[in-house]
Amino acid sequence: MESTILRVEGFSAFFGAHQILKEVNLSTSNNLVTALMGPSGCGKTTLIRCINRMHELIPGGKVSGNIFLKEKNVYEMEPIILRRQIGMVFQKPNPFPTMSIYDNVIAGYKLNGIKRSKSDMDSIVEESLKNAALWNEVKDALHRKGTFLSGGQQQRLCIARALAMNPEILLLDEPTSALDPRSTAQIEELIVELKKTTTMLLVTHNIAQAARVSDYTAFIYLGEIIEFGPTDKMFTVPKDKRTEEYLTGKFG
Amino acid sequence: MEGHVRGRIIKDTIFKSLVMCLSFVAILPLLLILYYITKNGIAVINWEFLTTLPRPIGEAGGGIYNAIVGTIQLIILSSIFSIPVGIAAGIYLSERKEGKLSELVRLCVVVLQGTPSIVIGIVAYLWIVAPFQSFSALSGGIALSIMMLPVIIKTTEETLKLIPYHLKEASLALGVPYHRTILKVVLPAGLTNILTGILLSVARITGETAPLLFTAFGNQFMNYNIFKPIDSLPYRIFYYAMSPYPEWHTFAWGASFILVVMVLGLNLTARGLASKWKVQF
Repeated sequence: MESTILRVEGFSAFFGAHQILKEVNLSTSNNLVTALMGPSGCGKTTLIRCINRMHELIPGGKVSGNIFLKEKNVYEMEPIILRRQIGMVFQKPNPFPTMSIYDNVIAGYKLNGIKRSKSDMDSIVEESLKNAALWNEVKDALHRKGTFLSGGQQQRLCIARALAMNPEILLLDEPTSALDPRSTAQIEELIVELKKTTTMLLVTHNIAQAARVSDYTAFIYLGEIIEFGPTDKMFTVPKDKRTEEYLTGKFG
Repeated sequence: MEGHVRGRIIKDTIFKSLVMCLSFVAILPLLLILYYITKNGIAVINWEFLTTLPRPIGEAGGGIYNAIVGTIQLIILSSIFSIPVGIAAGIYLSERKEGKLSELVRLCVVVLQGTPSIVIGIVAYLWIVAPFQSFSALSGGIALSIMMLPVIIKTTEETLKLIPYHLKEASLALGVPYHRTILKVVLPAGLTNILTGILLSVARITGETAPLLFTAFGNQFMNYNIFKPIDSLPYRIFYYAMSPYPEWHTFAWGASFILVVMVLGLNLTARGLASKWKVQF
């Protein structure tokens, strides 16, 4: 059954006098991967940071328009409640350095003071790590520090940490830009696998990555969505000339 | 051409040896201090010296038991005041890099660091000794805690500033409230360094005498009441050294030895801590 998870309506974002996003419209349904692609500085990262309101950490920002998560306006929710429902994975793997692998996965519960029984936590950790395709590599080292893992493993640990909260949607902010090709391939495989159960929004400046893993692609340029549609269509018959030029490497 | 190059090599060699000699000169005072203190002090150190109270004038023997305990009490007292305040201020400064209050606090920290310790003693006298009409451990602790503050604030601020921003983001993106993010993610990541800073500030105040002269004052006897005068190692050294009795002079050396060992121990612990419990990002 298809249902709309995220809907962005006429959304604009400003930093000071500078307009970063211009009247963006976008929507995505459950268990789909939507790629936001565009040259650096086009506003794609700003857009996903506006979805879980992480942009509010930087003073001077202002937004207009609406974003709905499962028909609830995210700008009318408490940010801390909203962010528990939206998972986020960052460019640079950022496991908590003082915590073990186990504690990293369960961090969303522990840090929020959400009490769970030991056996519940064990199963959440195991399930999340399995979903993040990391379980087999770390199951004997759950109490080692997360920072001992390789970069790609750390990133999958961060994905597991986000999945443990059972998010409505997972935001991936260029999750492979700090990783080597092998780890990148593993993360991409993981995204394709996760698609069965999870809705994802993937920011990438890698055209090939968008083509490989996403169902829908939005091409963002200078703060505007130039084109939004099924990935296979956009990559074979782009409607807009700028999309075509970007895809063929004329700019970006 | 050949000669030119040789001239430069010679200059290099002279420069290198000069820098080496001068750095040796820099450590010379410390070596001499350690030498004198050990030479004169080690002889009186024994179990009795460490565990008996000072004797009245005219009676032989006696020790520094009350001074050791007093110094430890003063350290605990001043830590109780300065650690929470210092860490809180450090968190504030690292979180608000700009802003009027931050600027003011930073300025005060610098000024406080440069304030002569005897002045801080006078202030503690006015605040606590005068109203209570009695010298007290409490007033000494407060004077020392004011001296600890700048070090703790500075190390906390500098440490937390170095914690990668993406850690904070990771926590906030999980929906963790700001205060929990700071207390459970950011602070633990910097804890080792902050602890090191605290130990160094403790090492710094352990040997302070001036602010104790008219606050903790000194006490012949053992005292556990924080509203009464208390003895401390620096004060005991001062007292023994100022006396006309040769035996007490050796006691002063002995007490100095213990004090230096304590401070050295704190410094070495701080160093060990910093390298052993290093958090890797």
